Amino acid sequence: MGFLDIRNVTKSYGNVQVLHRVDIAVEEGEFLVLVGPSGCGKSTLLNMIAGLEAITGGEIAIKNRVVNGVHPSKRNIAMVFQSYALYPNMTVGQNMTFGLEMHGVPKPERDKALASVAKLLQIDHLLDRKPGQLSGGQRQRVAMGRALVRNPDVFLFDEPLSNLDAKLRVDMRTEIKKLHQNLKTTIVYVTHDQIEAMTLSTRIAVMNKGHVQQLGAPKEIYDTPANVFVATFMGSPAMNIVPATVVMEGGHPHAAVTGADGAVQHLRFSQPGLAAWKGKPILLGIRPEAITDPEGADRKSGNIVALKNRVTVTEPAGADTFVTMTLSGKDVIARMRADAAVTPGESFDFAVNMDKAVAFDPATEDRITA
Amino acid sequence: MSAVTQDTAVSTSRATRVFLYLILILFALFYLLPLYVMGVNSLKPLPEITGGNMMALPSTWTLDPWRSAWSTAQIGVEPTGLRPYFLNSILMVVPAVAISTVVGALNGYVLTKWRFRGDTWVFGLMLFSCFIPFQIVLIPMAVVLGKLGLAGSVPGLILVHVVYGIGFTTLYFRNYYASFPTELIRAAQIDGAGFFRIFWRILLPVSGPIAVVSVIWQFTNIWNDFLFGVSFGGTSQPMTVALNNLVQSSTGVKEYNVHFAGAILAALPTLFVYIVAGRYFVRGLMAGSVKG
Repeated sequence: MGFLDIRNVTKSYGNVQVLHRVDIAVEEGEFLVLVGPSGCGKSTLLNMIAGLEAITGGEIAIKNRVVNGVHPSKRNIAMVFQSYALYPNMTVGQNMTFGLEMHGVPKPERDKALASVAKLLQIDHLLDRKPGQLSGGQRQRVAMGRALVRNPDVFLFDEPLSNLDAKLRVDMRTEIKKLHQNLKTTIVYVTHDQIEAMTLSTRIAVMNKGHVQQLGAPKEIYDTPANVFVATFMGSPAMNIVPATVVMEGGHPHAAVTGADGAVQHLRFSQPGLAAWKGKPILLGIRPEAITDPEGADRKSGNIVALKNRVTVTEPAGADTFVTMTLSGKDVIARMRADAAVTPGESFDFAVNMDKAVAFDPATEDRITA
Repeated sequence: MSAVTQDTAVSTSRATRVFLYLILILFALFYLLPLYVMGVNSLKPLPEITGGNMMALPSTWTLDPWRSAWSTAQIGVEPTGLRPYFLNSILMVVPAVAISTVVGALNGYVLTKWRFRGDTWVFGLMLFSCFIPFQIVLIPMAVVLGKLGLAGSVPGLILVHVVYGIGFTTLYFRNYYASFPTELIRAAQIDGAGFFRIFWRILLPVSGPIAVVSVIWQFTNIWNDFLFGVSFGGTSQPMTVALNNLVQSSTGVKEYNVHFAGAILAALPTLFVYIVAGRYFVRGLMAGSVKG
């Protein structure tokens, strides 16, 4: 039993099913991020938790109370919208206390709650202004303040940072994280930005086409993605997926890949269980940061494999240099130290950290657990 | 806020500018000419008009034609002046405009924010009502008014104008509210506001510009309506019908100065509404509700 239980929830519009049996139990104080591309059903799920969309099948319970059919205002939730949805005709203060007023909270109490939240978010000097007179970041704060004032059981965030410019987004991200750490609130947060998902969450649900692809801690999602979709969606640049064949050499399973010059090279797997796939094709998944120059390789890794290949393109990005090569006909990106000595067009000795490599079944695209 | 210039006019030389203004002033004078004729002739005694000097200023200034038009002129068989009919018109216009605007606002609110199955059909049908000519509904409307016992009364006229106006007001408010962010409604729902509370506290405060449009439109149409007034007015005929009776009387001397005064009296309220409400017309009340 979780604090917020989503049990076998489905959603259909007519004959079109947009959510397939979603099952998530959120613990108290948890920060759950629903992440996925547009149209994956994440906002629909959030709206169903809020009560803004009807639940087709299954049930949602908050604090062990099934809330299917309970009016949004009676669920003790608060929501921060993508557009902030501040009432344009009311001042910041009125905006923030409107919910309390609707719930019949007397004025002195409202003012007290308002004062403490305004102080927390450092917007006390803005309380008499109208939303139109605020900057994007200030509106964002007010929208969060409006949610906080209610002191709800669950906070729902619907892509709250997507309207901010890049720098402000990073600042607000940190701020939301701080807020969560200080207040220990339960948050469900929808975003399409995998970096937001990784940085903010205590748990991530990666969604695609109405299915939860994987539910787990950020590190788990990143290191052991359940399938090719999760592997390529999370992480930037995306995980490299290369067709390979499992071959045995010295009793260990290896991935046989073809370099740009046509030569086949063997990369030893760290997972002995992959021996079961001997002679079969697989999809080899390697994160860009697991492919480096030999000096930049992770010293703690027990399985650094050398790979000789021609460099196609280098893209210096300041802190890192992204190096592209062709492996088994696919472009593969490596993330290297900024001062790694790589020259486009020339052959280079790459170091592949095979401890971080994963293998996928080409038929189902699911990760091979071995 | 940025200091971007609002001046989008093409820069012109002084000579072109003078030329432009001259043309504009000429046009303005041309359009004002009828008003001038009405004004001056309503302020002179009848012999001055019949003497053939329509364009001249009065040689004897008098307010008698105005007094006569307002309170003593022969309207039909009664020498009442336009006053009682003016009152009829006010009693009809104010509730009719208010009711049709409020109903239109509620319709627009429901049709955009509380969508239901077949709502586009309902809206389509209401839109269709905007294209029905007055003449077609005369007989059915007469039957309905008769059955309701409202024939020939001010409430009957109010009903007619409300029914006829709802199509337009709904169209205005629906299109206005369609661009109103639905997230605001959802936020208010989560905050615990109900159907009418959301309408009253969230939607109406930002409906100023469209309400003004609706009021001006409805007021002008209802005030200026002649056909419904003459058909269903009975004993409580509106100003337009009375003006017609004043001007079109086939017996006695044609008192042109009184007619001019009466015509201006009949036009004054709409003019008043335009002047008072016009400045609220273009106010951007939506600024800043949502990041665009």
